Amino acid sequence: TVNPDLTELYIRRLIQGSGTEGSSHFLQEGQVLDHHASCTSLYKKPFVESFEETPLLVAVLTYMGYGILTIFGYLRDFLRDWKFEKCHLAREREEQKDFVPLYQDFENFYTRNLYMRIRDNWNRPICSVPGAKMDLLERVTPDYNWTFEHTGNVLKDVINMGSYNYLGFAENTGTCADAASECTVKYGVGVSSTRQEIGNLDKHEELEILVARFLGVESSMAFGMGFATNSMNIPALTGKGCLILSDELNHASLVLGARLSGSTIRVFKHNNMQSLEKLLRDAIVHGQPRTHRPWKKILILVEGIYSMEGSIVRLPEVIALKKKYKAYLYLDEAHSIGALGPRGRGVVDYFGLDPSDVDIMMGTFTKSFGAAGGYIGGKKELIDYLRLHSHSTVYATSMSPPIIQQIITSMKCIMGEDGSTLGELCQLSENTTYFRRRLHEMGFIIYGNNDSPVVPLMLYMPAKIGAFGREMLKRNIGTVVVGFPATPIIESRARFCVSAAHTREMLDKALNAISEVGDLLQLKYSRKNRHGNEGSDSFSFLESHQD
Amino acid sequence: MASGQQWVLVEMVQAFYEAPAYHLILEGILILWIIRLLFSKTYKLQERSDLTEKEKEELIEEWQPEPLVPLVSKDHPSLNYDVVTGFVSAVSGHISEEMNLPPSHKIIVNGKECVNFASFNFLGLLESERVKLKALSSLKKYGVGTCGPRGFYGTFDVHLELEERLAKFMRTEEAIIYSYGFATIASAIPAYSKRGDIIFVDEAACFSIQKGLQASRSFIKYFKHNDMEDLERLLKEQEIEDQKNPRKAKVIRRFIVIEGLYINTADLCPLPELVKLKYKYKVRIFLEESMSFGVLGEHGRGVTEHFGVNIDDIDLISANMENALASIGGFCCGRSFVIDHQRLSGQGYCFSASLPPMLAAAAIEALNIMEEDPGLFRVLRDKCKHVHKALQGTPGLKVVGEPLAPALHLQLENSSGSRTDDLKLLRAIVDYSLDRQIALTLARYLDKEERFLPPPSIRVVVTVEQTQEEIERAAQCIRQAAEKILK
Repeated sequence: TVNPDLTELYIRRLIQGSGTEGSSHFLQEGQVLDHHASCTSLYKKPFVESFEETPLLVAVLTYMGYGILTIFGYLRDFLRDWKFEKCHLAREREEQKDFVPLYQDFENFYTRNLYMRIRDNWNRPICSVPGAKMDLLERVTPDYNWTFEHTGNVLKDVINMGSYNYLGFAENTGTCADAASECTVKYGVGVSSTRQEIGNLDKHEELEILVARFLGVESSMAFGMGFATNSMNIPALTGKGCLILSDELNHASLVLGARLSGSTIRVFKHNNMQSLEKLLRDAIVHGQPRTHRPWKKILILVEGIYSMEGSIVRLPEVIALKKKYKAYLYLDEAHSIGALGPRGRGVVDYFGLDPSDVDIMMGTFTKSFGAAGGYIGGKKELIDYLRLHSHSTVYATSMSPPIIQQIITSMKCIMGEDGSTLGELCQLSENTTYFRRRLHEMGFIIYGNNDSPVVPLMLYMPAKIGAFGREMLKRNIGTVVVGFPATPIIESRARFCVSAAHTREMLDKALNAISEVGDLLQLKYSRKNRHGNEGSDSFSFLESHQD
Repeated sequence: MASGQQWVLVEMVQAFYEAPAYHLILEGILILWIIRLLFSKTYKLQERSDLTEKEKEELIEEWQPEPLVPLVSKDHPSLNYDVVTGFVSAVSGHISEEMNLPPSHKIIVNGKECVNFASFNFLGLLESERVKLKALSSLKKYGVGTCGPRGFYGTFDVHLELEERLAKFMRTEEAIIYSYGFATIASAIPAYSKRGDIIFVDEAACFSIQKGLQASRSFIKYFKHNDMEDLERLLKEQEIEDQKNPRKAKVIRRFIVIEGLYINTADLCPLPELVKLKYKYKVRIFLEESMSFGVLGEHGRGVTEHFGVNIDDIDLISANMENALASIGGFCCGRSFVIDHQRLSGQGYCFSASLPPMLAAAAIEALNIMEEDPGLFRVLRDKCKHVHKALQGTPGLKVVGEPLAPALHLQLENSSGSRTDDLKLLRAIVDYSLDRQIALTLARYLDKEERFLPPPSIRVVVTVEQTQEEIERAAQCIRQAAEKILK
């Protein structure tokens, strides 16, 4: 159930808190934890990531919040059981009452008593392009979020800080949309067959050649769904007797793929190279558990930008480790492709590295390219093997032609092959810097790398998740808020995705609203201003703006 | 009671006084030993290595991993896919006016014009002008991508409309859409069935079901294909097992996972018997209908309509929208009690970008066409019977599948004993037909990954667009090929 977990976490947290409070170590942690590159020689520019420590008081209050919610949850459940309160939950059919319950009641405790209170912040239906501004359908709930009704009104021109539209290619006019509609006329929307059978259009081949060129790899392959690209290809690469080393914050699709592969999985601390190296050493020295046979191969799974933390993988160090220990590297660039690097080629480009050092380059077309699907790029042997053994090519319907066209056109645009300049890329990085800087100045705790367009703003308390989302929508700004289980239990947050399509005016409007809501909900937790900013040159802008 | 306990205590103290010294010392040592054990650091077996740093370095230096992937020979038969393109035709004799036709009924395979007997385009909606127009107008409104998962501004009004329409079409309470057909049942199964639960599965179940089973980490019990006695045997076994431990049995969920029309064998599941077993043994039924949705039944509602089974008796129905609906994605439908659970637990639903709105719009229009013209399904049924009949008596090849199945298999009557050789023979028949304007394809499988690998076969897909004449021509072509190649 939820309760013991909560208590356990709470106790552990208290022990940790009291354990470090007295020591000088705590003071250090109370300030910003700036992970300066430990191997500075590997980095060509400053790599600044901050994860400011959760203030102790906030942590305690957050746990209390969950405690109160849990107690109330039990009370409400009790009332529902005794029919004092109307239960809106869908019920099992009478005929099947004596079956084993489809899901345990306590599994749904969280959904029923916590999520339901703030459910209106998710799944908000939109009825326009998910561009820099969007239109939302207005919803009302007559029964505290159990059901929603559409009023028929449309909330016009809500500033969209939630969609992964990094380069602003989500458009219904312009070259991409035109090309896609031309393609629809020529090819239709469906394919109704698989790549290996009779669903391999010339368009698919065209896309794959382009993607390989874009990534700077020998060959590539495209798939219809980003999630499935991970979950259906990792099993083709590793199997029994292989070891997968996976970052603890990896996306569900990577976790599922690793699990389906049947390999042994070990998890290292998020972006922590000491932890990764220790696992690598131990793995090679000790071999497989029990049998002590050497591992057949070791695959490291990392992401480019972590979508909930806004952190960027320490790729130069990962590559150094991978080379030292002869492991293979699988890099998931779902959020970073197009969004990072001077040429938009993702995290490899960002660090100025050689794409051939990454064995498997994976990414999605959903985000920066405004389309759908995913790809894998790498050596020709790898792709040839996948063409034969990927689950996706044999069993899944191939990609829809207009989606392919959208990717081709937007990718050519990023590559500057349509004659345009790289305006979007500069705009995105400018917007990111500006937005992150302003939030810092306002005194919010924001996570992640200074260059990451994914900007998590810490809310911590469960009640503030709902309040923040609603208050922002009142001010005509659409944001994403996330809480447990997508984040650790006390680290609920709001997440902004900066886009090249945002104008300075939109960003200012959003920032003003965030500041206003931040004051209202007392979200300006950061204590960095008070302590000054020793040890961090890159935050020198704070000096000019101390309040 | 209390006085009794007191007595014991007094006796103990007495015994303590009377015990000899060596006894007390021994016990004291034992107690100290236990305390030591309690407080000593636990160690992992692994870490108790006596290797020096240098030896470790040597081991690391020595270790050579296997290559990431084994080398693939350049002339592997399935390495080079057939390349398909659309059709450019002159409109009614005017050479100057050219019209682009999507690759659907007529396609160009590797540069050769063919009639398509291979795509699962049962209702011929791939090239429907109406579907195309609807998709285009959706594209004008929403652009192409959704740029987010359903939870984070990836829910469009079209998605809600499509879900509502699918639920209405299937006459169920609720439907949920996925952005990828393969991911639908593969996500739905692990959303309910967890470690310790039991799933009874037909041996012929398709690959996406197998992946769903694997992801669920439940106990999997395979029963022989469409063999209800075998299934009942397994259910009975489980019942006996349950009686041994009734408390455990109370929390073990059980599911039967079946397909309506099996893609691997092209035959129907005995649904009425399965429903009987469901209530007898209190097992839930998950039904995958990718091949039968939009095909079977008076209105194309699938195998439930075909058998006249109450759809509420099936706990969950899943199908993809890539075959009959000729769009992309998949859906699950059933009672809200069941389906709603996936909105937070279906991995492929929660963690994936939502379906591009233009594809959802295309699916809605396809549904419109299906609702307006139930005659389509009758036409399809007649064509299926026609093809099934026309292919009978092909020398050396046997037709596998029901007469009403739209995707049949042609298998070798006499296998050469080697799968590779069989595949070569069948591929030769496919190539022969391709040269004569009939597009066929081999049914492809991952040989090593399939739980029960089906025998090699040629897929023959029936669509409403195939004319009598084309069907006759295809059957004749296959017959000639078989005569020539199989002898």
